[in-house]
Parts: sequence; structure tokens; C-alpha cells
Amino acid sequence: MAVTPPERRIWWNEPIEKVELIWIVIAFFWGLFMFGFMIAWHFIGQQNLSTETYRVDPSNYERKVEAFAKEYQVRDLEGVPVVRPPAGKDVYLLGRLWQWWPVLELQKGQSYRIHLSSIDWQHGFSLQPTNINIQVHPGYEHILTLTPTESGEFGIICNEFCGIGHHTMTGKIFVRAGTAEAPSSTRVAEGTEEGGR
Amino acid sequence: MADITVGVPEVRVAEFRTCQFTGLKVDVAAQALIKANAVAAVVFLALGGLMGLLVALTRWPAVHLLPAEWFYLVLTGHGANVLLFWIIFFEVAVLYFASAVLLNSRLAAPKLAWAAFGLMVVGALMANYAVLRGDSTVMFTSYPPMQATPWFYLSLILFAVGALVAVGIFFATLVVAKEEGTYQGSIPLVTFGALTAAIIAVFTLASGAIILIPTLLWSAGLVSTIDPLLYKVVWWGMGHSSQQINVSAHVSLWYLIAALLVGAKPLSEKVSRTAFLMYILFLQLASAHHLLAEPGLDASWKIVNTSYMMYLAVLGSMVHGLTVPGAIEAAQRRNGYTKGAFEWLRKAPWGHPAFAGMFLSLVMFGFIGGISGVVLGTEQLNVLMHNTIYVPGHFHGTVVAGTTLAFMAATYLVLPLVFQREIMFPKLAQLQPYLFGVGAGGISLFMMGAGTLGVPRRHWDITFSDATIGFQHSAGAFLMMGLNGISAILAAAGGILFIVVVVGTAFFGERIKPGHKLTFPLHSGGAAAASHYGSEATAKLPGTIILVTIFFVSFVLYYFINWKYLSELWLFR
Ligand SMILES: [Cu+2]
Repeated sequence: MAVTPPERRIWWNEPIEKVELIWIVIAFFWGLFMFGFMIAWHFIGQQNLSTETYRVDPSNYERKVEAFAKEYQVRDLEGVPVVRPPAGKDVYLLGRLWQWWPVLELQKGQSYRIHLSSIDWQHGFSLQPTNINIQVHPGYEHILTLTPTESGEFGIICNEFCGIGHHTMTGKIFVRAGTAEAPSSTRVAEGTEEGGR
Repeated sequence: MADITVGVPEVRVAEFRTCQFTGLKVDVAAQALIKANAVAAVVFLALGGLMGLLVALTRWPAVHLLPAEWFYLVLTGHGANVLLFWIIFFEVAVLYFASAVLLNSRLAAPKLAWAAFGLMVVGALMANYAVLRGDSTVMFTSYPPMQATPWFYLSLILFAVGALVAVGIFFATLVVAKEEGTYQGSIPLVTFGALTAAIIAVFTLASGAIILIPTLLWSAGLVSTIDPLLYKVVWWGMGHSSQQINVSAHVSLWYLIAALLVGAKPLSEKVSRTAFLMYILFLQLASAHHLLAEPGLDASWKIVNTSYMMYLAVLGSMVHGLTVPGAIEAAQRRNGYTKGAFEWLRKAPWGHPAFAGMFLSLVMFGFIGGISGVVLGTEQLNVLMHNTIYVPGHFHGTVVAGTTLAFMAATYLVLPLVFQREIMFPKLAQLQPYLFGVGAGGISLFMMGAGTLGVPRRHWDITFSDATIGFQHSAGAFLMMGLNGISAILAAAGGILFIVVVVGTAFFGERIKPGHKLTFPLHSGGAAAASHYGSEATAKLPGTIILVTIFFVSFVLYYFINWKYLSELWLFR
């Protein structure tokens, strides 16, 4: 009873049901559309991850970040330097067990070339509550041009498991309103600096 | 009932019995191997499931059960036990069933199959040993430069080799069945689906060996460095495509269960088989899915890999998403349930745990796992949820609400047909798929919700209590994690019921004798529908058309909502 000759041996010659055919066509074009939309976003969208990446020796990277922090440090936060780089400049951020270093102070609406790397394990750069999530590798220096569009205080948390202290791996970015050139923003900045000095 | 037949003498004298419910000839050696692999699968499901509950209770901020060391250790064990050992042991059982049993054939090399089983058991036990020792807490993905002991990598390699041998036996059985003429024409659709799963498994296991062998040497101190980015690219060649084995396997089981319980036949063989073929042809490329937030990888590479090719695989799943309910609707209409658009669905055998589990798996795999998978795998959208708890939310939708639930559903058929035991505790068995399904669906949705609010995955303490620079998640995020914990308790309760029913039945269930009437009966035309192939002639499917329309609209809306979120982020390029 179970092993009886098939009803239609040549299954590949069967007609396709109309409802199936319509669904296949819809699904196919939807897939094609989604494919096209990703390409289109590189032209119409403002959020495309950069691929600019260099191989870097972790200790060299650490030295670059330290030099950068020393040059633009404006104050301290819980023992971590708060660094205010000029707009348009190269900004270095370092992931290590277990902190994001240093703390950055950026200007709303200004673009920065952010360098990301790790000096030990892989880490996850997760900017909150904005929810931008980028993987950070040791030995690879990833550079993206970032423009904050809102002001306030933002947390960076690590979202790649990096050992037992993973949950303490945090950092911070302050974004100040106003343009960099405007003197008013400098006064705001001086106000905030005092606490740290 | 035990009708003894002689196989080809010079190879092996196979002993067969004839199944009184399906009329299939069952090789007793194959039956023993199916039992062994299914039992091992359930043992690792129980262990991994318990670990999963502990993880969820720790991530519920109000409970926060385990200390950090234990949390990461248990999380590593959870991933290995459920994602690898439960699923792959079960898949081996499915492969032996789909080859030897469905084709009325003897299994190709039972001794070798036992050796493969032994290797897999040794690998799985060794992995648990390595993890529980506490020095291999590297998570399921085991990314370097974080390092586990050599035991850990070796255990995974042994397991993979065992699984590869089992897959080889499946292929050999297909050859034996063909040569010995145990069936005519093409293999049944269910076997065809299993074949696609097996082909994908070969690529996948090979890819795993290619990366794990150097990693083992590195961990043993014989290789000085493993490039973390290169590791990831090769690892995900295994990691993502291994999930397509599950998809092929559980879609095959959807067709099998639909055939046995309502007598469903595919609408057209050509369409269903081509959809399976798309899995083989395109899913290998989906490894880029996991590399979208990685530095240095080219955007066009990401787009081609995750999208164009992948959408052809998505197309495969979308086709099954129509043809499986469509086949059920057509069969139910033939069974006489023709009123309105949905009488066929209302009068479906919802009291049969295999049907309930299968249909819930179908719906949740499509709506939760499928849609979120496409969104997550979109080049730019990924930045919104990479490594947040959205990611486990997505794959619990595919692998727990989809694959695991489908495997559980199939078990309710394996117990009477292969173990020849009557299901114990039928009331609990009826409740089980609903309890587990609702729990698994809740886990997936609430984790996705929390991830959208920025909660990281694999994170012991989202209050950041010991951090020098603190951070506060929103109240919504905490609510989501609490609801996730409650859902995990539901799912665990469903999991415990499953274990109770399966273990009770396997050891103490009433033995099925000739003339036995099953508590959960098969459809009278089920045997023919499962072993024949051939297309359903009915094509009036108003209910299915409504269902797929709802699905498509949800898909499109959710896709664009995420683009809207993305457009509100800071600018980056
Ligand atoms: Cu980290």
C-alpha cells in the first residue's frame, strides 16, 4: 500500500497552480525591491557604514589614542579624560577590558572622523539610546565620519561578550548644541569645564 | 506484524517490520538508530533548556539569578546544547527516517552509524565537560582572540565529524534504496527536503572544520595567532548555513506532519521542490548576515551576499509559507471542510499535539523568525540591532519557535510509529505545544523589543551597577526583559511537559500491538500522502490567500518602519 507507483512520475512537467505562480512573482519582485533599496540607500540615505579600515598594531593604536586625548583633554569624568576635539578632525576611541576610552565631547551637527579599534578582545560599540551598533576588532582601525544630530549625554556600552567584566564596559559621549564657530557655544563649554579643572 | 524480509544477502540481512499505521517497511536497525539519536537529542534539549531558563532568569532584572561567572558559563553551555546537540542529533534521526523508513529501504551501514553516534555523544559530553570546568566560557561563537581550552574546540570537531559520517550514511542509504528498487520514480518530497538539508550540512560541517582545526592548534599553542576577522568570515560560513539545515529539516517535517494528519499533498511538486533547491543554491551566501557591522568588508559584498542571493532563499521560504498551509487547506477541503474561508482551519486537528506544534511553528517561523531575519540581514538596518538582544530574539523565533517546536511536534509521531509506544499523559501532550509555543513566541518578541531599545545580548547586568561611568536603560527595556523572563518560564514549563511525556512514553508507554487504535490518530489517507508524491488538484484556497496577504503586509510594514528608525539616527558614512 505504501509503495505504489507515483501518480505522476514526471513531477517537473506539472503545471504550477495559479495562486502559487502569483505568490512567487510577488515574492520575487519584493526580494528584488529590497535588494535595490539597499543600493539606493547609499545614494539617498545618510546612514551607511564606512568600509575605511586599516590594519594597526594594537600598541601603536593605544599610543595614538593617548596622544589624542592629551592634546584635547578638557576635564575628567570618574578618572577618564573628557576630550573635546575640534570639528572635522580625527577622533580616536579605544575599546579595552573594560572601558571605552576616552570620553568624547562633540558638537551637534558637526562631522568627525571617528577611529575605532580595540587593544585586546573584540568589543561592541553600542551608542545608546541612539542604538548605533558597530563591531570593534583588535588589529583593525575602522574609521567612520559621524555627525551627531541631537544634543545630550549618550552612553557607549559594550555589546560583544569580552569576559567577566563585560557588563562594566561603558563610556560616554557628550553632544553640545550650537555650532563650533559660534562664540556662545564656547561659553557653554567653559561653563562645563570648570567642574573638571 | 513482524514480517521478516531478507535484504541483499552479501551486504547485510536486514530485518524489517511493517508499520500497521502507515504500511511502511521499517528496517529494525534503522529504527534502533533513530531511537538512539532521538533520545540523545532529548537529553541535550533537557540540559540546554534548563541552562536557557537560568539565563532568562538572570536576565530578568528583578530576579538576576546567577552570578556573572556562572551566567556566562551557562550561556555558553545553553548555546552548544540546544543549537548544536539537540538539533543535530534530532536531524540525524530525521535523516535516517526520511531515507530508510520513507523509502522502505535498509539503512546503508548501521555499524558505521553507531560509530557516528558514539563520536557525536563523546563530542557533546566533552564540550559540556570543557564548558562546566569554567575555562571555556567563549560563547557559542567562540570568537578569537578570546580563547577556550583545546578540549572545547576538539569536542566540537569530534561532534562535527560524527555528524558528517551520519550525513554520509543518509546519502548511502539513498543509493542503496535506488539500487535495490525499494521505491519507484523520484524520492518523496519529505525525503527531498531532507536531502537538501543533508547537502547543506556537508558544506557547513566542512566550513566548521576548516576554521576550528586551526583554532584548536592555536589554543594548543601550535599556531601563534588567529585573525579575528578572518575567523568570523569562515565561522559564519558554518554558523549561518547550519541554520539552513534546520530550516530544510523542519520544513520537511511540516510537509510530513501535514501529510500524516490531514492527508495533505503539495499543491505542486515542482514548486515545493524548487523552493527546497533554492535553499541549497543561495543560503550559503547568507553568512554575511553576521558581518554587516564588521570593519573593512565591502558594501557591495555585503549586499550581494545578504540580499540578492539571500532573497532567493527567502523566496524559497515564502513559497513554503504558501504551499504548506495551502496543501493543508486543499486537503481539508477534500476532507469536507469547505464552508467559508476558514472552516478548514477551525476544524483542523488542533487537539493533536503534532498538528498544533506544526502549525504554530509554521506561523511563528514566518511572522517572527522570517521577517525579523530579513530586516536584521539588511545591510544598513543591521546597525540598529547588531549584537543587541534583538539578535537572539530573531533566532529564537527561527530555531525555538520554528525548528524546536516542529521537532517536538514530529516527536509525537515518532513515539507511536518508531518507538511503538502509546503516548502517555495525552492531556499534557495536548497542552504542551501551546504552552511551549506561546513561551517561545514571547521570548522572541520581547527580546526583539528589548533589542530595539538598545539592550545588549550576552550581558549579565543591564543596570551596569559596577561600571565607573553608569548608563541607564529605559523603563521599557526593563519591562521587556521581565516579560522575556515570564515567557521563558512558560516555555520551560512546556519543555518540562515535553520531557515528561517523551521519557514517560519511551520507557513506560503502552506497547502498541496489532490492531491498536492510536490516542492521536493519523489521517486515513495520511500514509498514501506521505509516501506517494503527486500534486493536489484543488486550487481554490481563499483561506491561505488571506493568510499570506496578512503575512506580506506585515512584512512590508515592518521593513519600512525599520528604515524610518534608521533615518532618524546620527549620520555616518
Ligand atoms: Cu567589551
